[in-house]
Amino acid sequence: MTAMIFPPSSGTKASPVRRTVQPIATTRLVKVELRKMFNTRSGFWMLVSIGVLSVLATVAVIVFAPQGKVTYESFATAIGLPMSVILPMIAILAVTSEWSQRSGLTTFTLVPSRGRVVGAKAIATVLVGLGSTAIAFAVGAVGNLVGSTLAGVDTVWDVSLAAAPQMALGNLIGMAIGFTLGVVLRASAAAIVGYFVVAFVLSGVLELLAMVKPWFLDLQPWIDWNFTQVELFAGATNTAKEWAMLGSTTMIWIVIPLAIGLFTLRRAEVK
Amino acid sequence: MITVESLTRRYAGFTAVDNISFTAQPGRVTGFLGPNGAGKSTTMRVMVGLTAPTSGSATIDGVRFADLPNPGLEVGVLLDASAQHAGRTGREILTVASDTMGLPRSRVDEMIELVSLTPAEAKRRVRNYSLGMRQRLGIATALLGDPTVLILDEPANGLDPAGIRWMRDLLTEFASHGGTVLLSSHLLHEIEVIADDLVVIGNGKIVAAGTKEELLSAAGTLARATSPRDLAHALEASGIASTLAGDGSIRTDADPARVGAVALTHQIALTELRPAEGAGLEEMFLSLTADTQREGVAL
Repeated sequence: MTAMIFPPSSGTKASPVRRTVQPIATTRLVKVELRKMFNTRSGFWMLVSIGVLSVLATVAVIVFAPQGKVTYESFATAIGLPMSVILPMIAILAVTSEWSQRSGLTTFTLVPSRGRVVGAKAIATVLVGLGSTAIAFAVGAVGNLVGSTLAGVDTVWDVSLAAAPQMALGNLIGMAIGFTLGVVLRASAAAIVGYFVVAFVLSGVLELLAMVKPWFLDLQPWIDWNFTQVELFAGATNTAKEWAMLGSTTMIWIVIPLAIGLFTLRRAEVK
Repeated sequence: MITVESLTRRYAGFTAVDNISFTAQPGRVTGFLGPNGAGKSTTMRVMVGLTAPTSGSATIDGVRFADLPNPGLEVGVLLDASAQHAGRTGREILTVASDTMGLPRSRVDEMIELVSLTPAEAKRRVRNYSLGMRQRLGIATALLGDPTVLILDEPANGLDPAGIRWMRDLLTEFASHGGTVLLSSHLLHEIEVIADDLVVIGNGKIVAAGTKEELLSAAGTLARATSPRDLAHALEASGIASTLAGDGSIRTDADPARVGAVALTHQIALTELRPAEGAGLEEMFLSLTADTQREGVAL
């Protein structure tokens, strides 16, 4: 608490001439949003849990899988399961923490364009999704090598080059659902509950509906996003019709609600 | 310079800010006063683009805040020190802000030192911070980009006496370098010591604005006597209206010389006689906002 409070650089203050200020680059915003996803306690542990659960899932396959099942697909599936739950949570919190933790007050003051902030969050989310999927495939590959050696069987690489991108896409769509819920609800608890409703409760209800009402059976693949997700994770989205179904569920569960959510988000007050 | 022009913000059913206009000049500290719910925070939120105005405008050096290319380098903002992610460390919060503005990381350490947070405190998560520490962190965030304008909502809230003194020196020095400071506070004494200009708001409308000297010059005289009741009667007999406060002090609009003369004539021994500056702001604040006070303070 000395008399000289300001560093010499602020000596220019005497003249209130505006400095030439460069606009904030989008790459910088993306880097900042990536950092914000993991520099909180919850974010840090989610990142750790992705790594830990990948290894645990791999070990579980090695220990419990019957000999014929020690294949790359078993590892990829086992690792993908916990990841498909954690990644949407990361996507949700990336958006909702600005409101639930009220850090948006600072974020949207430093970057008044909320569209740019949300856009940077979306890019950061995609990067995390792709990175995590790459880790899943890498850990699975190591597990497959180690597992097959331990079991004394041939190493089986049975995930086709066509199926792998579909699994990655499946993860990204799961994150997009979480991101959408975050943008629409803007509250961590509500969005997480919402995710479990649309991911688990809803899928059961629609499944039941398809069983008792035959007319819905043909409609389900066009409406139920869990249905198209299962197809993706199985690497079974191949025909034009199947891609059209995926497009339809994506439109219903992501594109339309996200557009409405963004519209209200840009106008809503940040409290 | 901050310019607010005909600013109005309406919510369903009520008007939070009703057609207000004022400026905060460079090189001066402008105090923004008003009772709870008067519209201070709403006005400040509109200034920094968090709330859209219903009509009117608020500009920083002629530019809307939202149109500034990198606002953090031009305007330091502290609206609510508690509005931070509780799971982040103080240092991380500054690092994120510094990265957003594109500043070197060394700036983070400079700010931590400037606001007297210890390195150990900076490593702790904000959920473990006291309100005073959060305020210091918020001030660090506001000053990070070396701005020329500061907009601070209740910055002294939660600071200890040394912290309040520190804040006062900081803002005075900031203004002396040509910076513009707009701060709201309920701590009237603080505002009175630090502010050069005052803007008083009540029920969303400006009830007074001007330099502190202008606004407080009409504050009158404060006098104490061994027998205050006699003094009050004596003043009344001389046609000077006065009020006798519970603490035995007497306030009047007349100047001290007149009060002294009256006391002399009536042979009343005065124990204190001075311009009522000390409590002047409080008096002014309460009388100006009397209609809008929740407590209905009678003066």
